[in-house]
Amino acid sequence: MKPRQAAWLFVAPALLAIAVFFVVPVAAALVMSGTDFDIYALADLRNVRFIWLDNYLQLLQRPLFWQALLNTLFFVVVGVPLSVAVSLVAALLLNSPLALFKGFHRTALFVPVVATLAAVAVTWRFLLHTRYGLLNYGLSSLGFSPIDWLGNPRWAMPAIMLLSVWKNFGYNMIILLAGLQAIPGEQYEAARLDGAGPLAVLRHITIPALGPMLLMVSILTMAAHFQLFAEPYMMTQGGPAQRTVTVLYLMYEEGFKWWSLGTGSAVAFVLFLFMFGFTVLQVTVSRRWGTA
Amino acid sequence: MGREGEVASELLGAFERENPGLRVRVEQLPFTAAHEKLLTAYAGDATPDIAQMGNTWLPEFVALDAVVPLDDRLRASAQVDLADFDPGIVATNVIEGRQYGVPWYVDTRVLFYRRDLLAQAGFDAPPRDWDEWLRMQVAVKQRVGPDRYAVLLPLNEYEQLVALWLQQGEPLLRDGNRFGNFRSAGFAHALEFYLSMFERHLAPPVTNNDVANVWNEFARGYFSFFITGPWQIGELKRRLPPELQSSWMTAPLPGPHGPGASSAGGCSLAIFRRSTRMDAAWKLVEFLSRPAVQQEFYRLSGNLPARRSAWAAPALAHDPYARAFRDQLDRVRPIPQVPEWERIATELRLVMEMVVRGDIPKARVAQEMDARADLILEKRRWMLERRAHR
Amino acid sequence: MRARLGFLGVNAALALLAALTLFPLAWMISASLMAPGEANNYPPPLLPTSATLENYRVLFAEHGLVRQVFNSLLISLFATLLSLAFNLSAGYAFAKLRFWGRERIFRLLLGALVIPAQITMMPLFFMLKRMGLVNTTPGVLVPWLASVVGIYLVREYARSIPDELLEAARMDGAGEGRIFLKVVLPLLKPIMVTLAVLAFMLSWNDFMWPLVVLTDREMQTLPVALATLSREHVQDVELMMAGAVITVLPVLLIFFALQRYYMQGLLAGSVKG
Repeated sequence: MKPRQAAWLFVAPALLAIAVFFVVPVAAALVMSGTDFDIYALADLRNVRFIWLDNYLQLLQRPLFWQALLNTLFFVVVGVPLSVAVSLVAALLLNSPLALFKGFHRTALFVPVVATLAAVAVTWRFLLHTRYGLLNYGLSSLGFSPIDWLGNPRWAMPAIMLLSVWKNFGYNMIILLAGLQAIPGEQYEAARLDGAGPLAVLRHITIPALGPMLLMVSILTMAAHFQLFAEPYMMTQGGPAQRTVTVLYLMYEEGFKWWSLGTGSAVAFVLFLFMFGFTVLQVTVSRRWGTA
Repeated sequence: MGREGEVASELLGAFERENPGLRVRVEQLPFTAAHEKLLTAYAGDATPDIAQMGNTWLPEFVALDAVVPLDDRLRASAQVDLADFDPGIVATNVIEGRQYGVPWYVDTRVLFYRRDLLAQAGFDAPPRDWDEWLRMQVAVKQRVGPDRYAVLLPLNEYEQLVALWLQQGEPLLRDGNRFGNFRSAGFAHALEFYLSMFERHLAPPVTNNDVANVWNEFARGYFSFFITGPWQIGELKRRLPPELQSSWMTAPLPGPHGPGASSAGGCSLAIFRRSTRMDAAWKLVEFLSRPAVQQEFYRLSGNLPARRSAWAAPALAHDPYARAFRDQLDRVRPIPQVPEWERIATELRLVMEMVVRGDIPKARVAQEMDARADLILEKRRWMLERRAHR
Repeated sequence: MRARLGFLGVNAALALLAALTLFPLAWMISASLMAPGEANNYPPPLLPTSATLENYRVLFAEHGLVRQVFNSLLISLFATLLSLAFNLSAGYAFAKLRFWGRERIFRLLLGALVIPAQITMMPLFFMLKRMGLVNTTPGVLVPWLASVVGIYLVREYARSIPDELLEAARMDGAGEGRIFLKVVLPLLKPIMVTLAVLAFMLSWNDFMWPLVVLTDREMQTLPVALATLSREHVQDVELMMAGAVITVLPVLLIFFALQRYYMQGLLAGSVKG
């Protein structure tokens, strides 16, 4: 067999799988989002009508859609910086020459990343319980009054954010730590000789050096945040007052609870547009600031 | 579904002993997710042979051609006689003239109340109409103070409001179930009454998830009234402390002017078209329809038998808690027999939650709900029209 | 003095952060050993008064969770094998073999990463339904056949294989298949382990697709079964915690054993884009 033919044999299975189970469905989803494909259509394809952009237009008129969008954007806009900030702090601590037991600490801080989300979400649901949850117990011993984390519309999303930061900061921490370790020691040395304090070093040396990495980390984190689903599914089922219905949760409910696959596909494309738009925005902004 | 699932496994031992070749596998579903899961099973070609199905769901599965009509089997059966069932309940299983389900247990919503707390407030009998009920609630609320309430109307359930609306004697959907009927006088009346209980702080603005343990809270006197179904009789008997056992009772749902109607609910047994063991499935339907088995099921789960002759059992005939249900069952009305109802009712629940939390004004509810219902029913209108042209 | 303060500050902060991070997991284990109802007390107990394995017994004996443990293991093992089979050969070919459009196809694949996989779920469900694969193990495995990230990881690693080695093998008359099996795969061993660890853990932890495609409880994976159980047993904290421990234990064990490989995959995979 010639190398050229062999090459095709090597890549063909993977490309075929990606084509059949990814490319075709993406195209089909675009078509589907222009139809009223629903449970009747699952029973009999003659029950499908082509309705062009109607699904999208109807979404725009639905308060729940806007609520879902708002909830998701809130989670992204507040959650991503928070998550990256915690990751950065953790990475800086781990990178400090003064730190002890680095290996142990690194592993300990990373463990939530690999823990199954469904399992930790159930755990957190109980930790966040208004009366018997340890979080409120801790707060009350510090003198705060108990918060109805998952029952109060105002607190439900912040509670999920708390879980999400806890669960995910270790991931970015590892990446940023690698970035920190790549900064040459002479730079720090020079700064110290110039009499710069730790904060000045952070601002003028560490952050600029980490710039590209911070951008990448925040883009990845943002993509993940846009896809919030399992946490509200496990912990609040979209409530209270639909404050934790995210775009993906809406897609799940439309598509797989009410079996409006057409509407669900439209929601999925809206999500894609937003993710894409935000990524482009982020890259453009950081180019302008010269960090990337 | 829910506890019934756990209990059904116990019942089925006897069935398996009678039919040595048959093994029954029970899949329990949490009741809140059961409808969703059955639809998913249909979509995913994983329907069981037989399912216990909420009466309100049956039209949907008929429209999908997922279940089979049982008329022929019923005619040939020596064991199941539909004349022995409540006609109002049997009717919920008839779609376009054919019988798709055999009622298994009946369910309607009645009032559960704390006798002792009511007595302390100066009343020795349960309310018969809305005015009286409201007076009692106000009196109870005055006694229990700001941290406790008179009535529990969970914001994640729509059944209470729907029952109040059914009492008005109006259809919930109009023009052959093609449009919502929320801009009707009856809905306005029911809505006004329902919301007034929140406005006057007689009902806490909470969901069942917030209450966590309904029985504990009922025992604590967090509320004195709640509207719920027959399975709670068994739960309360089991879960309330002995000293409180004589302090609670059931009563028919009060109506606008005297005893009112309630929803005709319950579960029926239906056989799925994809089943490859329909004969065995039918055998199970017959088994579960036996008066003796229905009595046993009542004993185990507290669900009320659909079969009238099963009510002759002493355990039921002499149960003071079941009396309100027997009484209420003579005044039940079915909710709309269209697949979309479940979704419309869910929208109603969401809108009510927003109204109670102050997110949208109550004046907008009727219009908003009609708009949502009409949109949901659009496909149905198109399909009906297309069929008419054929 | 100042150095001393810095030393204390850094280490106290690290210790506190680590304690906060580990606490929920520690509580999960502790609560799973409590007697039913014990966790719902005020003040909430940290440790069981007398540890019991009763919750685990109930889960296995009364809720039949063995079945879902088995499902999860089976699915994750298959996902791992499939991922290895598809991605190793493709990644190697993209790195070392020449064929028409190689770079262009690879760029397209990387570009496809911006499309969230959830877009495909609805058509995919419908396709699988037509193929009779909904509610089956092959149905859940479909997304694990080949992945762009997997191909990328292998490609990056395989680029370090010297061309001379492959040429020498060709000179000796070895076929391409033989070269792949005898020369390339042994060199790819570290990335194989990384890929396997990643695929196993990701498929074990996966939630949304199994939730959608496995409609029958007997077919469900552990995370999905845990979600279902927790809706029915909201009040049984201790039982749910036992379920949570069973669900996370396998991934945690694998992670502790093969941490190095996992971290390498994470670092290599994140440099994409």
